Parts: sequence; C-alpha cells; structure tokens
Amino acid sequence: MNAQHEEPVTMDQDYNFAYLDEQTKRMIRRAILKGLAIPGYQVPFASREMPMPYGWGTGGVQVSAAVMTRDDKFKVIDQGADDTTNAVSIRSFFQRVAGVATTTRTADATIVQTRHRIPEQDLVEGQILVYQVPIPEPLRFLEPRESETRKMHSLEEYGLMHVKLYEDISRHGHIATAYSYPVKVEGRYVMDPSPIPKFDNPKLGDCAAIQLFGAGREQRIYALPPYTNAVSLDFEDHPFEASKADHPCGLCDAQNSYLDEVIIDDAGGRMFVCSDTDFCTMRQADGHKGKDAA
Amino acid sequence: MYVAVKGGEQAIENAHTWLAEERRGDVTVPELSVAQIREQMALAVNRVMAEGSLFDPDLAALAIKQSRGDLIEAIFLIRAYRTTLPRFGVSAPIDTETMACDRRISATFKDVPGGQILGPTFDYTHRLIDFKLAADGEVDAVPERPADHTTMPRVADFLNREGLIEEAPQVDTEPRDLTREPLEMPADRALRLQALARADEGFTLSLAYSTQRGYARNHAFVGELRIGTVDVQMDIPELGFAIDIGEITVTECESVNQFTGSKTEPPQFTRGYGLVFGQTERKAISMALVDRAMRWEELGEDNVGAPVQDAEFVLYHADNIQATGFLEHIKLPHYVDFQSELELVRKLRRDVHRAQSQEAAE
Amino acid sequence: MQVETLGGGFSDPALQSAAAFRGVMEAMARPGTLQSVRGATPPAPLSAAAGAVLLTLCDTETPLHLTQGFDTPDLRSWIAFHTGAPIVGPSHCQFALGHWDDLMPLSNYQVGTSEYPDRSATLIVEMPDLKQSGATLKGPGIKSQASLSLPCITPFQNNAALFPLGVDFIFTCGETLAALPRTTEVF
Repeated sequence: MNAQHEEPVTMDQDYNFAYLDEQTKRMIRRAILKGLAIPGYQVPFASREMPMPYGWGTGGVQVSAAVMTRDDKFKVIDQGADDTTNAVSIRSFFQRVAGVATTTRTADATIVQTRHRIPEQDLVEGQILVYQVPIPEPLRFLEPRESETRKMHSLEEYGLMHVKLYEDISRHGHIATAYSYPVKVEGRYVMDPSPIPKFDNPKLGDCAAIQLFGAGREQRIYALPPYTNAVSLDFEDHPFEASKADHPCGLCDAQNSYLDEVIIDDAGGRMFVCSDTDFCTMRQADGHKGKDAA
Repeated sequence: MYVAVKGGEQAIENAHTWLAEERRGDVTVPELSVAQIREQMALAVNRVMAEGSLFDPDLAALAIKQSRGDLIEAIFLIRAYRTTLPRFGVSAPIDTETMACDRRISATFKDVPGGQILGPTFDYTHRLIDFKLAADGEVDAVPERPADHTTMPRVADFLNREGLIEEAPQVDTEPRDLTREPLEMPADRALRLQALARADEGFTLSLAYSTQRGYARNHAFVGELRIGTVDVQMDIPELGFAIDIGEITVTECESVNQFTGSKTEPPQFTRGYGLVFGQTERKAISMALVDRAMRWEELGEDNVGAPVQDAEFVLYHADNIQATGFLEHIKLPHYVDFQSELELVRKLRRDVHRAQSQEAAE
Repeated sequence: MQVETLGGGFSDPALQSAAAFRGVMEAMARPGTLQSVRGATPPAPLSAAAGAVLLTLCDTETPLHLTQGFDTPDLRSWIAFHTGAPIVGPSHCQFALGHWDDLMPLSNYQVGTSEYPDRSATLIVEMPDLKQSGATLKGPGIKSQASLSLPCITPFQNNAALFPLGVDFIFTCGETLAALPRTTEVF
C-alpha cells in the first residue's frame, strides 16, 4: 500500500449516505444504544440484506454505516491486515457509498472495522472498534437452539460453558479454545469476542475505545463501552493465558505482537511476521529490523 | 527475503474484469437479451422472484444474466436491491378465488366445479431430449377458448361443508414482517409461511420429501394446486378505497392431510398451505407439506423428533442467501484463528510426547 | 403554526442525524460526559438537543410518551411530521420526553424482560441545566469516576439495582446532552 491516507472521494449519489436508508440506520442506532446500556448482551436487530454475502462482514458493515459521519477516518482490517481482499472490498464500499476518508494508520482512524484481530496499538478515547461477528452466541457450540441459549443467558446459567472448559483441561491439560475465547462482561453476560485469537482477549477489557459487535446473518448487535470489565473465563488452577507463537517478528523484531506463520519454501521453511500490518510497518519505519528483513 | 503479499485491490479489479469476460462467453455467439431470459427461462425467473421476494420479471431476468445463470447468486442480487427500495404501503391480501387460472388440478376429486385445467405442465411429457429444439424452437399454435371470468371455488371448501376438514385457522393480528424484524422463536404460522415462501426450493423439497418418507409423516394429497394471475389491490387513504395496482402470477397449493384426531379435535382432514410467486409448483407443494408438518403442536400431534417438526431448525436454515454466505465465508482468510489453533495443537502434542517419554523412562 | 411544523428538522438528515447519533452514542458510552448536538430547531419548549435526539432515533416504529408541558398541539404536529412516532402512554412507550418530575415514577415504564432486557424505555429528560458536577458516577464507560448534575439519586440507584433490566436516560439542555445507562452506579 503506497498511500497511507486517502482523502474523501466523491460519494456515489445513487445511494443514501453510508448506503442504508435512514429508517434502517435508526433501528440499528437504537440497538447500539441498548447494547451499550447492557454490555455483553446480544440485542436482536432486523439485519438488512447487504450487497455483500452474509458471513463476509454484513453485521460489521451495518454497524459501521450506522455510526459513520462525514468527518470520520475509516480503517478496515481483516486478519490484522489492511490489504487482505475482504478488507479492501469493504473499505472501497464505504469510499463509494459514504465518501469517507480512509487510512491504514490505527492511530489516525476514528472507526476501525475488524475481522479477527484487535490492533496491537492501544486504542484511545474517540475511537470506535467495530467487529465482524460470525456466531455471536458463545453458547452456540454447546447448545444449537436460540430458544435455549436465550434462556440460559437470562438465568445466568453458564455451568455448561464451565463444564466444557473443564473437560478440555481434564482431557488435554489445557483449555482447548484458541480463538473466540469467551469473556464474562461486568460479572453478568458471557460474551463471544468474535474469532479473535485469545492473545487479543486482554485488550477487550478496560479499553478506552467503544467496541461494537455486529452479526448480520444472526441479527445481533452487542457492545462494550469504554473501560468495561471483560474477563476471560478460567479456573483458579488453570488461569487464562494469552498465548502466541513463541518468536519475534521476522520483519520488525516485535517481541510481543501476534504473529502469522508464513511458509516460505518447499522444504517447510517458515517465518513469523506480525499479523498487524500497520504496527509492523510503523516499527520498520522506526528502524526496527527482524532477522528476516531485507 | 520475504515480502508480504500486497495488491489486494488490483487482484479484485482483475478478477472482476475476468468475470465479466467469462459471463459474456464467446463473443461470436450472440448475446442473450433480458427479454429472451424473461420469456424463455421463465421458470428460472420465477424462482428468482420467489426466493428473492420481489415480483419483477425483468429485474429477475437481468439478475440471471448478471449471475451467469447461478440462481442463488441472482436471488442474492434481487434481495440486496429489494432492501434499498422505499416502502409506500402494504397491499391488501390477494384473493386467489378470483384467480385467472392457467392451471388448476385436484388430486382428491375426479372432477370439481370450475374443472381440472392441466395447463402448461411438464407432468406428462416424456423426458426425452428434444433434439429438434436444438435447431428449431418454433412452436405450433395452441387452441384457445374465451377466458372464463367466473370465480374458481376452493376444493377444500367442499370438504368443509361436511365438516370433514378443519376450518382454516383465522388470525386477526397483523402478521410480523420477517424482513423488518429479527426472527424470533416461537414463530407463528404467518411468520413460518413467510419464511417458507422465500426459502430455498431444494431445502424445502427435501424436507417435504422427508415427511412423505416417514419423518413426521402426515400423508398428504394435493387438495388443489392452482397457478394463474391475481389482482393486487392497495388501499389509498386519500381516495378512501382500494385500487388495483397490478397483477401477479402465483402458485397456490392446499394440501389435504389425514388427521386421526386429538383430545380436542374429532378425526378430520387438515390443511397445509403453500403460496409462491410465479409458476413454481414444486416449491408450492413442498411448502404446503412443510407447513403442515410444522403445525404438529397446534394440532396436538406428537413430536417424533423429525427435522421438519423443528421450526427453529427449519426457519434458521431455509434461507439460501444466509446459508450460502456463511458457507462460502470459509473461503476468506482465517489465518489468525488457524494460527492460534496451530499453536494450541502443537502445545497439546508437546505435552503428550513429554508424558509418553516420561512413561517410557520410568 | 404550519411553518413551525414543517421547519426545524435537519436540513441534511443523513449527515446531521449521523453526527447527532455520534453525540448520543458517546454520551451513552461515557456517562458523565457532555456532548453538543446541533441541527434541530424544534418548537418550544423542546430543546435543540432533545429535538435532535427525536429526529435521530424516533420514527413510526417507536412509540413516544409526552409528559405534560410537552404534550402540546405544536409539538405533537412537529413530531408527527418529522418522525411519525405514535404518541402513547408511559407503559407502552419506547421513548419518553419531559421534565424529571413529570416523568416520574420510573415504575411507569417498561424495563425489559429477563430474556429481552433491551425492550425497555429510554427517557429523554429536559433539564434546566447540565453540568459535570453533583452526583458521582461509576461503572462501564467511566475510567475511574465522573460527575453529573442529576436531579436526584435514589431513583437511579433503584433502577441500577434492576440490572440487566431497567430504563436508560438521556439528559438534554439547550444544545447539550448527557446520558446515563442502567449500568451506572450513582451516589
């Protein structure tokens, strides 16, 4: 990516600002407010059919469309990277239908839409992180019925989840959940943080930014206001551990960033690089150099 | 040296250009017109309108052209377009008794007032490839008779006169709108029918078939199947009365099912209902069977655990746009979550090896 | 009156309601902060901020309750023209608008159900003034603690005790607004 910033482009006049009609935006906005008022609770909303497939970020796109203003700077990442195809596609969608300025710099963005990662750089007040969520229900893999899981949340009946995690420990010695690792919000609702690696879980709680979660196909919106308590489920004898590949980044030598493993030759040679491309680029620009850097 | 893959934007653009070229195919072959698709691929157009929930044959034909004949992709285009349309109001319920029928058959009576009309059906065609059609698609003139504008009474109503079939359940509450409210369980019949009307034809067909084979068997007859055009009316508050705003083709199926009675109801026949845009009779019959099966609770039947009796299962999985989106999203990069699993599996394996070598040492 | 009814809405609804919503969302996400919301010029006695909130959040799908003082023909026709929100009693409303004393008691309003705690009312409280002083606030959205000039304490404590049920509040004064979700501890 050459340009770090792109100025507002001319908006496609065939569509309303940010694509959605005003009535739909109002409906989503009301859901967002209730989501913020009940952190971690999944608010049902009448998700609309978007011009991109379900499962490709329709929930995140609707939330972004409902919160976006003309003055925003919009960043989209998928797997931590700004230049993955679906991130590119969503970014260009909003350039077209909202004429919004875009950026790849986390620090400059006012809205960051993400799939599967939380940026390495700490977010600040005034920023909004919008997550694309495939399955918002943390209990879904234990109980496929919505009618049942809704009851379980209402009764705060999370025993099943603890049993599952404990079975992991007795079978494997560890909790065998590496992503979508559930958190308990403000001691009340168990919440799915979307398929972020558990390495990112500690960034969910006490975050300065507003975190909004949109699940389009499943018609749910939920939220974490800033500085909200979000604790990864664990046990006293098996405390939660935010793990990552035990290597530094091959390009920028970062010691504590989440890494992608890249196969580099037919002999199975591999290297590890930051999944957060902006973080890695900025570090390299600051002169940090990993062992595999040019 | 490793350089991260860049240029997603260029790749997408190139893919789109290539796609457009493939869509057009060999340019020495004349291009299909939308009108040709609308007229000659009418059943595909009907399916796209039905599952796209928008009655617009030209638009459906265009969507089929754009999607290279991938009907689910065409349905998706229609759905995405439909969402952006402003809503001016709500039409009055259509009256299928006044339908100008192209086809009307009953499997339960040899003859019925209004008569059996076979209409344009594949039913009794021998499924032999017509090689003549490859060279010459000209057709013979069809014998005609003057249109009959009398109303066509419903077959189920004849049974009703003897009290042999349940009364069609009447509900006065305004039905909820599946496209404007999140789906919520339990769903009432109006909402279930709404979902089935736009449900994937293949999924609905298979579920209906499963009931015939014994998974919540509710032995069904086609009480009546009718296909034809009906007027659509809308109340205009400024005028104070309803006016015709157009005409649509629909397929309606009412199934007649056996019912041995329950604690509250004597033995009688029961109904399943299907109504779908266009000439779409496979879908309409399937819908009627699935509707009937999902009524088990209201009729006091046993839940035998058949998939079709599980309204939550059926409704959450019947929409092919939701299904295809979620299915296909696993094509998207997942290397972050995969990486976290990779680390976990490596760690678990290390533990197992350590334990094994410790055991061997002891 | 005709002019007053037709006027006073957003001149560019898509952009202005987007900006207004950001103010409301920031307020709800950060209890105790003051947000400035412009663009609406509703008929008296409605404040510009409360007018913008109605324009941004209300439509034919959101029953609205008007307390005395706000239930005037002028305001009714302005709301009808710009939002179409049906005017209802407090027990059926999704939004309620008025001065604090007239809105009371809180038991009038829907607080949601245990399965759907979001099905609860949001009260838009018109305030004589709005400052970052007075009651102390703690909870989600607040780093350590915040202050807000609330009209009283106990009803907010009682409301918070219902969590996850409860109502939520938006306070308006002139072009300024603040909000208080049910999660905020007030003392």
